Amino acid sequence: MALLKIKFSFQRRVRLAQGLWLLSWAVMFSGLLVFSMGVFLKTELLRRSEVMHTTDIHVVPNLLIVVGLASMGINLCAGRICQDTMDVARFARWKNHFIPFFTVSLLVTSMLLVAMVLSYALQPNLEESLKIGLKNGIRFYKDTDTPGRCFQKQTIDRLQLEFKCCGNNNFRDWFEVQWINSRYLDFSNPEIRDRVRSNVDGRYLMDAVPFSCCNPGSPRPCIQENIRDNSAHINYDYQSETLNLFSQGCHQALVSYYMGLLNNSGPAVLSVFMAQMSVLLSLRYLQTAMSGVKDQENMEVETIGYLLEKGVKETFEEMKENLKKILSLNGGQVADEAAEATEGDAKASAS
Amino acid sequence: MALMPVKFDLRKRVKLAQGLWLLYWLSVIAGILVFSMGLFFKIELRKRSEMMDNNESHFVPNLLILAGLVACGINAFGGKVCHDSLDPTKFAKWKPMLKNYLSGCFGFNVFLFLVALLCFTMQFQLYFALAEGLRNSIKYYKDTDTPGRCFMKRTLDMTQIEFRCCGNNNYKDWFEVQWISNRYLDFSNEEVKDRVMSNVEGKFLMDSVPFSCCNPGSPRPCIQHHLTNNSAHYDYDHHTEELNIWTHGCREALVSYYGGMMNSIGAFLLLVIGLEVAVMVGLQYLTTSLESLANPEDPESESEGWLLEKSVKETVAEVTAKVKALCKRNQVEGEEQAVATVS
Repeated sequence: MALLKIKFSFQRRVRLAQGLWLLSWAVMFSGLLVFSMGVFLKTELLRRSEVMHTTDIHVVPNLLIVVGLASMGINLCAGRICQDTMDVARFARWKNHFIPFFTVSLLVTSMLLVAMVLSYALQPNLEESLKIGLKNGIRFYKDTDTPGRCFQKQTIDRLQLEFKCCGNNNFRDWFEVQWINSRYLDFSNPEIRDRVRSNVDGRYLMDAVPFSCCNPGSPRPCIQENIRDNSAHINYDYQSETLNLFSQGCHQALVSYYMGLLNNSGPAVLSVFMAQMSVLLSLRYLQTAMSGVKDQENMEVETIGYLLEKGVKETFEEMKENLKKILSLNGGQVADEAAEATEGDAKASAS
Repeated sequence: MALMPVKFDLRKRVKLAQGLWLLYWLSVIAGILVFSMGLFFKIELRKRSEMMDNNESHFVPNLLILAGLVACGINAFGGKVCHDSLDPTKFAKWKPMLKNYLSGCFGFNVFLFLVALLCFTMQFQLYFALAEGLRNSIKYYKDTDTPGRCFMKRTLDMTQIEFRCCGNNNYKDWFEVQWISNRYLDFSNEEVKDRVMSNVEGKFLMDSVPFSCCNPGSPRPCIQHHLTNNSAHYDYDHHTEELNIWTHGCREALVSYYGGMMNSIGAFLLLVIGLEVAVMVGLQYLTTSLESLANPEDPESESEGWLLEKSVKETVAEVTAKVKALCKRNQVEGEEQAVATVS
């Protein structure tokens, strides 16, 4: 009782082979697309790796790269198989390779689905990683003389300029850290000494922000220092001045950027998955239809194509039996060897 | 005495037609690329037209767009002719137009060569436009309340950040203009009043630069104000401090950006010209070999293809004679009309 039988005349078989050949080339290009999406995502994640605390999210682009390459190979093979259907002798070469080919292809195609699910599931992980990474970035901004952190300042400055953001959640994050290195503070100045001593941890805090927080769209030159002091600047009200600095926090900006990338890749990966599955199903039909053609002379016979030779349950039972046989064969070998060894011991102890 | 004759049998003709068809489609793609390059160049010029006083010349990108479109059309037509060339009935349709088409292709190649030359030489005009435009941009930086110039500050800041440059030639250009609007100067402050009155034109000049000149790669927080005063900042020497602000001028940065773009477009155009010449030569061989079939009814007969029917000298003499005859005819017609109007 075969599953989903379809009758195939010679013409139909030829049409199926031709259509599948074209489809496999099209899906090969979408495999290339998946590969390039993976590469792009990986480079974008690597570019900002300094403000990310963990690298768990990298599993998504890695999967996409591997699956993209594998699907390109699978589709090339499928195209080759289609070309060989016209020659029965050449097609017979593929006979023994079909089962492993189908298992590998199904595995690879399911990886696509896994990648899509992960791209949604790992988003909270990415948010958390960015939060911690940015907090550390701001804390170590001043350490341009500490090896391993020298470029933190440049990274954060470029990030704030490119994404038009300031601080982790907003610009006030800069008020809570000392972002000027002590090397550039004049400790002979009593004002500076007072400020440092008045702070519990001995940090030099002020309500000032780095230049990279400045908004170029502001009509007045950037006010970076004494931000909350209205009297320090003419015609300035800190509450109503919105254009002076960037109001968005870098956490928000980076999260929405990466969410956009991941969310847009999801539907694309899903459509490639469906296309690849259709290629595999058509290939299965072609294989089973061609198995009814015995030799080159009788190519024009009508054959039957199916998905599974027996029903789903029976195929499952058969697979279990095969597995048991393989395992018991191994188990039998081990048991035999054990028996021989004990016999040998018994013989040795007897003599 | 034909120029560079080549013998063709059926197989060779078929191969030539197929290869030429592929080359024509490649040329269509090249034409699309030329079109998109022209569009990209035009958009880049528009983006920074404020830096060039809004009088930059869009002549070259417009020509590129036109050349791209014409190339697509010509090559698509050529591809169709190649596709039909092996079928005598279909080919008979195109036969009469081919001579004019080939001379049109030749003219188009000359046009492409001129456009490539323009790409290489237009850079001088751009240099002067940028020099003038940037000087004015710096002058109008503070006028964020004047209609028509409100976005000059934002454009200049974004340019300095993006191209990593400061000022026109270098950062000292900012010392010579007042870049803070009077609205944000506290005229009740003695210091401010002194500074303004000490200047001949009443401008508030200082040795400071806007924040967009700051270099993120500097190990210390950016020093924007009192740049030439070593004592104003701790552990600071303005002669040795190189990483604080950008040292390049924006004119240099913009000229090298646009210059690089124009040079690569010019080089690509030369490649496209090479491709066009190749397909033109191929089509000439194909048409002449099809015309000179030994037995017109039998498509499998041998034939000969050539580049020019007579040698170069004779062809040039023929062409000049034709042009002279055309001119004389126009002249005579003009005289006849003049005589008619008089009488």
